Amino acid sequence: MNHDDIKSNVLTTTLESAINWGRKNSLWPMPFGTACCGIEFMAVLAARTDISRFGAEAIRFSPRQSDLLIVAGRISIKMMPVLIRIYEQMPEPKWVISMGACASTGGVFDTYSVIQGIDNFIPVDVYVPGCPPRPEGVVESLMKIQNLIDKEKLSDYTLSSSK
Amino acid sequence: MTRAIEQQLETDRMILNFGPHHPATHGTLRIIMELEGETVVKATPEIGYLHSGFEKLGEDLDFNQYITITDRMNYLSPLCNNVAYALSAEKLMDLEVSKRTEYIRVLMCELSRIADHLLNVGMLAVDLGAMTAFLYGFRVREDIYDLFEIATGTRLTTSYTLVGGLMRDIPEGFDKAVQKVLEEVEDVANDIETLLNKNRIWHDRTKNIGIISKEDAITYGISGPMARASGIDWDIRVNESYSIYEDFDFDVAIALNGDVFDRYLVRMEEIRQSIKICRQSLDRMPTGNVIIDPDFGFSLPPKDEVYNSIEGLIYHFEVTMPNRGMTPPIGEAYVPTESPNGELGYYIVSDGNRTPYRVRTRPPSLMNYSIFSKLIEGHMLSDAPAILGSINVIAGELDR
Amino acid sequence: MLIEQTLAQIEEKFPNSILENTEFAGEQILHVKGQHILKVLTSLKANGFNFLADLTAIDNLTLGGYERFAVSYHLLCHKTADRLTVKAYVSDKKPSLPSVESLWKTADWQEREVFDLFGIKFKGHPNLVRIMNPDDYDGHPLRKDYPRLGRKERYDFPIVDRGINKQKRTE
Repeated sequence: MNHDDIKSNVLTTTLESAINWGRKNSLWPMPFGTACCGIEFMAVLAARTDISRFGAEAIRFSPRQSDLLIVAGRISIKMMPVLIRIYEQMPEPKWVISMGACASTGGVFDTYSVIQGIDNFIPVDVYVPGCPPRPEGVVESLMKIQNLIDKEKLSDYTLSSSK
Repeated sequence: MTRAIEQQLETDRMILNFGPHHPATHGTLRIIMELEGETVVKATPEIGYLHSGFEKLGEDLDFNQYITITDRMNYLSPLCNNVAYALSAEKLMDLEVSKRTEYIRVLMCELSRIADHLLNVGMLAVDLGAMTAFLYGFRVREDIYDLFEIATGTRLTTSYTLVGGLMRDIPEGFDKAVQKVLEEVEDVANDIETLLNKNRIWHDRTKNIGIISKEDAITYGISGPMARASGIDWDIRVNESYSIYEDFDFDVAIALNGDVFDRYLVRMEEIRQSIKICRQSLDRMPTGNVIIDPDFGFSLPPKDEVYNSIEGLIYHFEVTMPNRGMTPPIGEAYVPTESPNGELGYYIVSDGNRTPYRVRTRPPSLMNYSIFSKLIEGHMLSDAPAILGSINVIAGELDR
Repeated sequence: MLIEQTLAQIEEKFPNSILENTEFAGEQILHVKGQHILKVLTSLKANGFNFLADLTAIDNLTLGGYERFAVSYHLLCHKTADRLTVKAYVSDKKPSLPSVESLWKTADWQEREVFDLFGIKFKGHPNLVRIMNPDDYDGHPLRKDYPRLGRKERYDFPIVDRGINKQKRTE
């Protein structure tokens, strides 16, 4: 092989960039859609706003096979243990998008049975405001997650002292 | 060569949790099924995973503020909820709205009915493996959302009606846009029927599954397309006419067997009848105001008067400030309307204050869903998504 | 007219059960003593009101009325398209009513909801447990003396321990 062949057929990069590039372009979302935001999320998957252009077409409803949890809709006190269990079942690395006003802060429902924001109990990466947010807003939040993944380093993940 | 199994296979009952987070349960439903092999012996549904306290909120919000909350109940056809609440409040306060308001309300209700039925047929098809009907339906639903955006400002949570009229009038050129979308809806409905009506797999999966008899439908309180598919001839738009439906000429779709296939056929036929009603409404739309005279003290004046004249500002404050507000009489009102799921009505009790004393939604999904445990007994596990899809359970309305 | 005939018949048959017969906005409302509701509804069903459209309750704490709780039944007759509202009054000392599940199966889940949100028990109901709130919930939310913001149940969950420490980055 001479030098010209190597220049045109071989690419060198850092390990972190390669891993981040792979992760961000094949996010597998898991929709946790409860209410009206779930319908707007279905519109994100459908033909006009198409999330599979970002590599996120494989919508798997199993938490063990996905890495992006999208909480769409209001979470009531009966549903919260289910959400916590599903979050704990997802393997690392995982990211969370809180879609809509109800998942982020409780929305219009300041009552006895709606959780006022899932970030009280689960770490959230991106919040999408709106009631419901437009599908373009959800696509923007996916792009923000992709930017966050781009900036990650391998030293970001350390075991906590309790383990 | 014949093979004979000589010993009996010992089986135990298995309890399967069709959990609250599952792709085939639309929203947050949980069914605990006892299976013997593949046959369901007993099914216990559990609801309440989306209970948000709507009725408690109604006691703290104004009559007009509550309209924003009514969108979030049946979020597939929010305009039907808005219209039902406004009709109840207007009956309580004895207000009469203009003809143009009634025609626009009917047009919006029928467009929402088309959207709801398209999504329901799409989700039923996806659960049984036919993804094409879902994608076709969603493409034309996006066009209907564009229409809602032109008229009301948002796609889904519209909050279009007010007590005494509508928030704003429809803009110029809206009728041409609606005519164009109606033609596309007709094409899509023809496409879906071509794919599914004579399809052998569809017949095998939906015929004779989940049959509801007439007596069961009446005693379980079932209404809407589910009841009409079992032969009950009751459509509130015809039998207990509300708003201005008496002026319209349309047919009511009834089927005789009461299985999943019949419910699908009734919904597709209702889409076509709704297209007919929309066209009649556009042809005969009268001119006029869309909000009643603010002199009565019950309605908000149009925004340009509020910003540019002192009387408009005063009327606006009379209705919205915390220590003033509407003064309804002491009493109660209930107006039944025909929503895409069945009989929807708001039971409003008032004690004379600016907020209602009690607001209760009569949720059609709750009554329709209560028959599920009886329907699934004796069927196989894979018939459960078919039956659930045909019932059209919407979790926001079920749990409120 | 079916309604006037039926109301006249019912008032004749059960003079001790009927408290009053009012009308508002064109609809008839029949006020009945709580314990006699099953008899009255059986007779109304036999007279043609074959569909129970809605079953709910109202807490009359600040509105006033015969008793604290009024459970209202909305009936419909398919043959003549007539509607009738029947209200059964029950006081708040151990509130309980006979269940109408034997007449209409739709009352099953709706009575469970009234029990969950108001605390009214129904005698003869096959499965009277909570339906909307979790099973270990304490209190009856739709009563007028229950606060809308609840009693801190919505903050009562553990904060999830992720098991790793992840460096937080922003855009």
